[in-house]
Amino acid sequence: MTGPLLSVQNLRIEATSYPPGEPPRNVVLVEGVSFDLQKGRVLGLIGESGAGKSTIGLSAMAYGRGGVRLTGGRIMLNGRDIRTASAAGLRTLRGHEVTYVAQSAAAAFNPAKKLMEQVVEASLSHRLMTRVEAETRAVDLFRQLGLPNPETIGSRYPHQVSGGQLQRVMTAMALCPKPDLVVFDEPTTALDVTTQIDVLAAIKRAIRETGVAALYITHDLAVVAQVADDIMVLRHGKTVEYGTTDQIINAPVQDYTRALVSVRSKDHPEKPATGTPVLTVDGVTARYPGLALDVLKNVTVSLEAGHTLAVVGESGSGKSTLARAITGLLPPLKGRMTFAGRQLSNGVAGRTKDDLRELQMIYQMADVAMNPRQTVATIIGRPLEFYFGLKGAARDKRVAELLDAIEMGKGFADRYPAELSGGQKQRVCIARALAAKPKLIICDEVTSALDPLVAEGILKLLLDLQAREGVAYLFITHDLATVRAIADSIAVMYRGQVVRYGPKTDVLEPPFDDYTDLLLSSVPEMRLGWLEETLAHRKMESAGN
Amino acid sequence: MRRIPLSALIGMAVTGAFFLAAILAPVIAPYGMAEIAGDVWEPMSSKFWLGTDAIGRDLLTRMIYGGRTTIWIATLATILAFSLGSILGFTAAVMGGWLDQILSRLNDLIMAIPSLIFALVVLTVMPVTTTTLILVMGFLDSTRVFRLSRAVAVDITVMDYVEAARLRGEGWGWIIFREILPNALSPLVAELGLRFIFAVLFISTLSFLGLGVQPPLADWGGIVKENKEGLVYGIPAALVPAVAIAALAISVNLVADWVLNRTTSLKGGRG
Repeated sequence: MTGPLLSVQNLRIEATSYPPGEPPRNVVLVEGVSFDLQKGRVLGLIGESGAGKSTIGLSAMAYGRGGVRLTGGRIMLNGRDIRTASAAGLRTLRGHEVTYVAQSAAAAFNPAKKLMEQVVEASLSHRLMTRVEAETRAVDLFRQLGLPNPETIGSRYPHQVSGGQLQRVMTAMALCPKPDLVVFDEPTTALDVTTQIDVLAAIKRAIRETGVAALYITHDLAVVAQVADDIMVLRHGKTVEYGTTDQIINAPVQDYTRALVSVRSKDHPEKPATGTPVLTVDGVTARYPGLALDVLKNVTVSLEAGHTLAVVGESGSGKSTLARAITGLLPPLKGRMTFAGRQLSNGVAGRTKDDLRELQMIYQMADVAMNPRQTVATIIGRPLEFYFGLKGAARDKRVAELLDAIEMGKGFADRYPAELSGGQKQRVCIARALAAKPKLIICDEVTSALDPLVAEGILKLLLDLQAREGVAYLFITHDLATVRAIADSIAVMYRGQVVRYGPKTDVLEPPFDDYTDLLLSSVPEMRLGWLEETLAHRKMESAGN
Repeated sequence: MRRIPLSALIGMAVTGAFFLAAILAPVIAPYGMAEIAGDVWEPMSSKFWLGTDAIGRDLLTRMIYGGRTTIWIATLATILAFSLGSILGFTAAVMGGWLDQILSRLNDLIMAIPSLIFALVVLTVMPVTTTTLILVMGFLDSTRVFRLSRAVAVDITVMDYVEAARLRGEGWGWIIFREILPNALSPLVAELGLRFIFAVLFISTLSFLGLGVQPPLADWGGIVKENKEGLVYGIPAALVPAVAIAALAISVNLVADWVLNRTTSLKGGRG
């Protein structure tokens, strides 16, 4: 075939929003987006949340999620306009010519059916092959995607395989009916870095070997740089920049793209040691009630006043449990903790008001960390009232100061959390923690739910506040780029233990232990060919597999 | 302030009229409550707007005084049920552990007995006064409110903002009334509208069975009881209270719906 496989011209997508108590409003989600995709090529769609990338991805199947309408432009697949195709025409197309890989494999599989049943379903319902042929093809694909026991894995149920494996099984499901085009919608976003790299490699290999074309949707530019031939950067439903991967990564033209490319290259010089610890955790072992498993094993770390200790590790490594032990929500079985020179009681109930005040916490999900029924003024003002007895005008004045400190105006005081953006919510949570004049703030994945540029702003704010107020951070994260940007010392956790601990430069300096090497090498780098280089040099298999 | 929808306006007007009539009963009722003003079961006329009852009392007067008793008892019983049920339910959810177990199992125990039978048993051994009626009805209804508020609060107590309040060192009072209650309001308001009407029906049932409001005091259930024989002769007097209960039920819930709409808004009802 000579023409492009998929050609999207001047696409326009609309939806109707229903704000409570107001008449319905028409919203334009995507406007004037055009691109061509040749057979066997991969186009990366990248942007922040709300940029319209998933909506565009699904439009390649002429599908709009609940209430989303494809109202303008042309979507040509294999030379036919599918935007105006009939429902019957679309039914033969979906699952045959175009297939889809969803972000959350766990939610996309039917838990009551065996994997094989679901993998071959589309091929059988489209009468593309017999059951025997389809199952043989599925086993081949399992092998191609590097799944363990390819012959028998199909007879398992979805809950019997890991998240990374499930994502690969879904890729096999998408490839099984020999489609011309696969839409990958954030296939690795929900996975740990160490698992992500394997899935990414498997997807890339499968795309190359089957010669299928793909739309690869993600918010992570470094990830898309590994698999895509071309990249389209989207923002607010419009194209910002469209070019080859090489051009976008190495010679971005637009300011927005340049900002995206440079986000990860921040570094923060390590502060000199002072020798006065604000927090010491000594030999702490903890388990959840009713579980015969130590989620923390003999953890010993300390944090100096005004410094940042980053705790890194994959999910299930015990890093959030460490925070719960320190805050007293999960009293440890063994070990002791001191805080600001005082012995720290194990449970919340035994702590003094000063202990509680000087140890604050910021959460990952800012939306559930704030009471949706309280205004910003109440949220920030309550600690002032509670700890310092500030009332009335004195309180309002301090709230205004704190709003200034987090670079938001005092006009926000009367707003409810639902009226704030994601980044603003996290800033308000920071202000609430600061209001208590703490010595230590525990930051639990505070930037992971945010878009990269917003996250960068939050990190910058945290660093500024540390310089001004001298507060120490215990920074829990799985993102090593964030660690480089903020940490003074690092503790690497693996299966409840601290496997590597020390000043940042020492921890990030070889020689590495096997796990740290795996973790560090799994973080996608913003350059072409990183994936292949890394896979060739690894010492240890990913833990999640 | 947004415009109040028409349905809520109608609801408010009708509910308001009922409550106003109840409060101002001695002023607006055309006859005395127990006054025999005419013949037995007179038809509707300009003299007796709704006719007369089984012994010749003006039905409209009986309805107004009856509404006064019924609405008064139902309102107080509902208030009691909600204060008791929601405070205990929230406490059980927030404290958890053995206190939650004791309260919840006790609640199950009471709910396992059909409430009408429970009430009848209690009222046969106790002197039937307005106070006992309110206490018994409030207590029995509070088990339903307890269930609902505990279930709602359990979901809310695991939110990070409640954890943040605990880590701040806040007491139970703040957590229950400032963190949980505002977020549990929507289901509670919906329940309130229903519970009030169930209370009206419950007191009417008790009176109909003869264990509720005692004569000569009028109440809607009692009016049905006194006039039920008339139905055989085609006298509609017994149906009038039914119409009143239906009208009250619908209008109260129209208002509850509107309040519900406003409490679900996360922008303080202004967005």
